[in-house]
Amino acid sequence: MLSFFIRRFAQAALVIAVMVVLVFFGVNVVGDPIWMLISPEMDQEAIEKTAAALGLDKPIIEQFFHFVKGLFQGDLGRSFVHGEPAIQLILSRMGATMELAVVALLMAIVFGLPLGMYAGLYPDRRSSRMIMSGSILGFSLPTFWVGLMLIMLFAVMLGWLPASGRGETVSIFGFETSLLTLNGWQHIALPAFNLALLKISLMIRLARAGTREAMLMDYVKFARAKGLKESTIIRVHVLKNIMIPIVTVLGLEFGSLVAFSVVTETIFSWPGMGKLLLEAIQRLDRPVIVAYVMVVVVLFVVINLIVDLLYSVLDPRVRITGAKA
Amino acid sequence: MVSHVLEIRDLATHFMTRAGVVKAVDGVSLTVGRGEVLGLVGESGSGKSVTGYSIMGLVDPPGRVVGGSIKLEGEELVGMDDDSLRHVRGKKIAMIFQDPMMTLNPVLRIDTQMTEAILAHENVSKKAALARAQQALERVGIPAAAERLKAYPHQFSGGMRQRVAIATALLNQPAVIIADEPTTALDVTIQSQILAEIQQLCREMGTALIWITHDLTVVAGLAQRIAVMYAGRVVEAGLVNEVLDDPLHPYTRGLLGSLPSAAIPGQPLDQIPGSTPSLGRLPPGCAFSPRCRDATELCRQEAPVNRYFSNGRQARCHHPVSTIALVATPSDV
Amino acid sequence: MIQSNPTVATPVEPALVKQETPWRQFVRTFFEDRVAVTGLMMLLLIIITAILAPWITPQNPYDLGTVDLMDSRIPPGEQTMEGYTAWLGTDGVGRDLYSAILYGLRISLMVGVVSGLIAASFGMCVGLIAAYAGGKVEAFIMRIVDLQLSLPTILVALILVAALGKGVDKIIFALVVVQWAYYARTVRGTALVERNKEYVEAAQSLGLSKTRVIFRHILPNCLAPVIVVLTVQTAHAISLEATLSFLGVGLPQTEPSLGVLIANGFQYMMSGRYWISVFPGLALLLTIVSINLVGDRIRDVLNPRLEK
Repeated sequence: MLSFFIRRFAQAALVIAVMVVLVFFGVNVVGDPIWMLISPEMDQEAIEKTAAALGLDKPIIEQFFHFVKGLFQGDLGRSFVHGEPAIQLILSRMGATMELAVVALLMAIVFGLPLGMYAGLYPDRRSSRMIMSGSILGFSLPTFWVGLMLIMLFAVMLGWLPASGRGETVSIFGFETSLLTLNGWQHIALPAFNLALLKISLMIRLARAGTREAMLMDYVKFARAKGLKESTIIRVHVLKNIMIPIVTVLGLEFGSLVAFSVVTETIFSWPGMGKLLLEAIQRLDRPVIVAYVMVVVVLFVVINLIVDLLYSVLDPRVRITGAKA
Repeated sequence: MVSHVLEIRDLATHFMTRAGVVKAVDGVSLTVGRGEVLGLVGESGSGKSVTGYSIMGLVDPPGRVVGGSIKLEGEELVGMDDDSLRHVRGKKIAMIFQDPMMTLNPVLRIDTQMTEAILAHENVSKKAALARAQQALERVGIPAAAERLKAYPHQFSGGMRQRVAIATALLNQPAVIIADEPTTALDVTIQSQILAEIQQLCREMGTALIWITHDLTVVAGLAQRIAVMYAGRVVEAGLVNEVLDDPLHPYTRGLLGSLPSAAIPGQPLDQIPGSTPSLGRLPPGCAFSPRCRDATELCRQEAPVNRYFSNGRQARCHHPVSTIALVATPSDV
Repeated sequence: MIQSNPTVATPVEPALVKQETPWRQFVRTFFEDRVAVTGLMMLLLIIITAILAPWITPQNPYDLGTVDLMDSRIPPGEQTMEGYTAWLGTDGVGRDLYSAILYGLRISLMVGVVSGLIAASFGMCVGLIAAYAGGKVEAFIMRIVDLQLSLPTILVALILVAALGKGVDKIIFALVVVQWAYYARTVRGTALVERNKEYVEAAQSLGLSKTRVIFRHILPNCLAPVIVVLTVQTAHAISLEATLSFLGVGLPQTEPSLGVLIANGFQYMMSGRYWISVFPGLALLLTIVSINLVGDRIRDVLNPRLEK
């Protein structure tokens, strides 16, 4: 078990290292950001001073080593636009993005799982077919367009929910969260649902396929032979079996949730990492872009590790043979 | 009148498929006495498993029991509503399946899967249910039962898993156990062990046993009575010794004759020519007639009815041949 | 007396069984599902109107001579200054939406299809090489494929366009980078299975060169799953391009795809002039959904195990 983890860590470290190189050099191909930050009246000397202050006049290799050194010290440079250390900027917005992603994930489970199981248990009913068609729509629709429609319907036409921004936040255990206020929930409802739609569709399809397969298994027949109620069979036998692949997929999809939040955050003006990234791209704020990618890569690696762990916890076949090894 | 714990009359289970109606079971009449072992023998496709499922009420759509009567301790099961049937299942009749690796849920512990069988029918405490489960495991010869309860199915060997399934079946002390080829998936050495154990357990607890198998030799040592199935019908039934010594139906004769043990070394094995018919397209008349050496025109035109003889023997044949003289009895025995 | 000899049977020619070609069978099965057929009809309609755009629209929205600022933000169904009815309304600078949508469709479709085809070709080659080469080469290639697949498409695309800037060619490049790995993995899987089949051995024993075996023998058999992936991925590519353009990092205003149109209309949403965003959005939606329906059906037909 330990060797397994060590190997995974090493792999992860390698991935991160490769990403560091790729990202740094990739981002530096972008046009010279100095032109974005100077006013037309500045003379050559002032330009050079600004460039020196931001470290942009040194040869690129030197910049790279400077960057790597900074990485190990937790310093990824300062944002050209905001002036703050890039890493701090990203981390300060990470909470909002995580909040959005977590609520979206929960929605995927709460909406997707029951609908998918229903469609799997009664595949020939009309309602099941409608659910499946709905799921096709769900992953066909581009996220940004759904966001627009949601705003139009719920905010403009019906006026039920706000169209942008994050709700009131409450500080708990040092974290800021907007989930403890009604106002917070009103603000997070639309963007989270927007983000979740793709995952709900995925969930429906997974749950349906898993349920259909499980219901045909012999252990369901045996459970019926024991005289168990159908609802008990579904709740205890089927559910536990389909959770394994579902949890793994969802875990991996969490990463994509964080990625897609770029779109949702922009549309709903949600103050998270994604919105920050887009602005950074539009303004060529290199350190922020690099910091974002680093944070996301680390996040992905951590998620992958957690999912592996979770898988071994849920499936006793893996857990026990792993422990005995 | 012998009190039968299970009485089946003219059971018919049909499958409404897109290709037509498949008459998986079409006219099965059986009786099982209290504590008796009945061997239900037939090739694959003969309908023996479907008969077992029909008794349990576990026939999957598009199949349905379409006719006949199944009386368990006097109670009519055919036509019973689902809820009442569920109360009977697992409590008065239990079933053991062929492959225990598939019938036990791999992600649930053994104790969960055993106690749920008790808790579905009785309102006892979890502790009491656990104690009973442990007792049952001990009775089927599983060592260190208390720890084994907390284990998962894949931690057991094949034979042990089947023992767990047997223990589970016995938990509620059913009147009848239906065993669908329970030893086919196991090693030969374990097979005979399990056979002997089940036999003893049933005798001890007074449970009747229907043993479904394709293997005549198993039945010979185990059962008191035997029923032979072909193409969805019982073609012959009676006391084991009598049927095996003096088969009335040509199919039974063919089966016995084709056993390797009955063959003379060096001579080609005596096979029944042809193959089992597709249940969706049965010939008119006797289903066995295309393969029967002694088939007559009558056999090909008219399906034979069940004829009853003394000693509870029955045969579905126009020309049953007996080496001893048997007296035919009226059919409403 | 001449008697016909009963023991000599007259030889009978076995009747030539008329078999359906696989293509015929595929088409027939495909058409059995009404929903998929609807999708196909929709898709064909969209493609045809896009191709015929210059001939069936009242205006070329990118010819500034025909656009009048006075016509801006006219609601659907009303007359414009230029003298035609703007059935779908006009946008913020006076362009007729119906025309803009059809022209936009051309660009969206073109970008999606071209990037899909390039990605498919490249991915197929990589997959075939990996499957045929085996060993370390295969392992190395598949590592890269796995890495590519584990990264979320939108992030990769975003970073790429951030680095490369706006422009049709750059968008297509980004889309290709994001898609090729799917094809590589699919084709490698199929090729691995095919590689072990007998006709490959037969071809090899005839002394055919490796390239010939790969491209002329194995490749045609890998096409079926590729077609399925192609349809789904094209829809995805179109969606991705629209998303990028909407975010402002995709196509420039000079090549206005549907995404750009929607982005332009975003600011008018709050003031009730919904049509500027909604109609292009609907067009985008219909395109993607119809492609997905067709692709789904093709997949179901080609994979008979997955019975509904």
